[in-house]
Amino acid sequence: MSLLDVIGPVMVGPSSSHTAGACRIALLARHCLGCQPDQAQLELHGSFAKTGKGHGTHQALLAGLLGCYPDDERIPKALELAKAAGLEFDFMEKDLGDVHPNTVRLNLQKAEAKVSVVGSSLGAGLVKMIRINQFEANFSGSYHTLLIEHDDKPGVIARVARVLADDEVNIATIHSARQKRGGKALMSIEMDKRPAQYALEYLTNVSYISWLRMLPEVMSGDKHDAE
Amino acid sequence: MTLNELVDFSGLASEAILKEEFDTEAERDLAAQQMQKRIAEMRSSVERGLTSDKASITGMVGWNAKGLWEADDVLKAPLLKRVQAYAMAVNEENARMGRIVAAPTAGSAGTLPGALLGVADHLELSDEHLLNPMFLAAGIGKIIGQSMFIAGATGGCQAEIGSSAAMAAAAVCELLGGTAHMSVHAATMALMNTIGLVCDPVGGYVEVPCVSRNAFFSVHAVSSAQLALAGLESVIPPDEVVGAMASVGRMLPAELRETGEGGIAATPTGRRIALKMLGENTDM
Repeated sequence: MSLLDVIGPVMVGPSSSHTAGACRIALLARHCLGCQPDQAQLELHGSFAKTGKGHGTHQALLAGLLGCYPDDERIPKALELAKAAGLEFDFMEKDLGDVHPNTVRLNLQKAEAKVSVVGSSLGAGLVKMIRINQFEANFSGSYHTLLIEHDDKPGVIARVARVLADDEVNIATIHSARQKRGGKALMSIEMDKRPAQYALEYLTNVSYISWLRMLPEVMSGDKHDAE
Repeated sequence: MTLNELVDFSGLASEAILKEEFDTEAERDLAAQQMQKRIAEMRSSVERGLTSDKASITGMVGWNAKGLWEADDVLKAPLLKRVQAYAMAVNEENARMGRIVAAPTAGSAGTLPGALLGVADHLELSDEHLLNPMFLAAGIGKIIGQSMFIAGATGGCQAEIGSSAAMAAAAVCELLGGTAHMSVHAATMALMNTIGLVCDPVGGYVEVPCVSRNAFFSVHAVSSAQLALAGLESVIPPDEVVGAMASVGRMLPAELRETGEGGIAATPTGRRIALKMLGENTDM
């Protein structure tokens, strides 16, 4: 935790977990899809479902899908903004099982592109993404994060690590999960800086890699500090 | 760093915090710019909160800060009124989905600006005097956060408002010329006198008692600074007080940790309000 995490984030109220955290989860989900969705189904679990309205959780989630950071003053107006932007949305209450009480699943779609993402808001604006499509995941949005779906073959992880090493990108955390032996797998890599564009383009052409997304770091991102 | 180490530092407490956090001058300058922005955001939220009487999302709060700010100062205690009004202004902005600075949480966001900006404005001190005290406040919060989760759901309200009051007490103390020794004792006394406070928000919303609680604990922070500046100290060493608070947090039953099932949230009226909001929630 940095000193600016203690006094911060700059955020639209009322709750660091139900508002700022929700916004960050949706923002990460938007980057998982790779563009702004035109359809979103939002399944709210536990406390997100029960007290979402009074905490602005619905607005915060939609705002995140529209690309807003937690300090964006358009958050309270996000329902109207989403409609104006042609984003069809549907909120529902859903028991997502043995997960943190503040958890949401976002099923997002834009034309042929689809993604299903589950994230939990842990308090103080911290989040943890726990599922991407059929894969277990584990990343926080505190770092630049690379998501790669690939065939479960020997050497793919090493190949990716080699490319990052050549670009002098330091890996902070790495998590890998597979459906079954020899099936599809997903790795999430949290890094201290964003890899160069050519490194990312190179990776998309590596054998056995079928899908790649580069997610920004969203935690220090009071947008106003970044600009 | 621990509070026990900070209390023995020979310079200003903020200097020790800055030295520990930043390796280079450039990092420190960048953080200073970001902290200046946070001070400006805090000021902006105070100003909006003092002039708005728009109801919060649930309708339980929204006019308290403006109401107090415009009321007669019957006690002839302008500092007291200013500190309380500033604190509630921030939390009412928070409750109506305005922009605030979490310090350390959104629910306790009013305490630090209430105490620090309130005292600075009362004494007509300009904002550049606030930068180091703000870093000290953040450092105190960070040290407390190493011993316990700063969240009502894990440690009760003592973890949130206790931390914010300790941060604010140290900041005000240093603003008024306090040594590291005095500032850490100010924080310690603020913390010690918050132990046991439960998190029982009505309906689970960050409104009642959160808004008035920030008014009370911003004054609590100023009181702590006043005692420390006069040379009063905590008999129990600072880190032991933090340990005691963490231990009390673990003893608190779940009903008293932000679940809305104990304390004032569980009163007949509290439950009625929660049910009413839940009804409106499911309409959505």
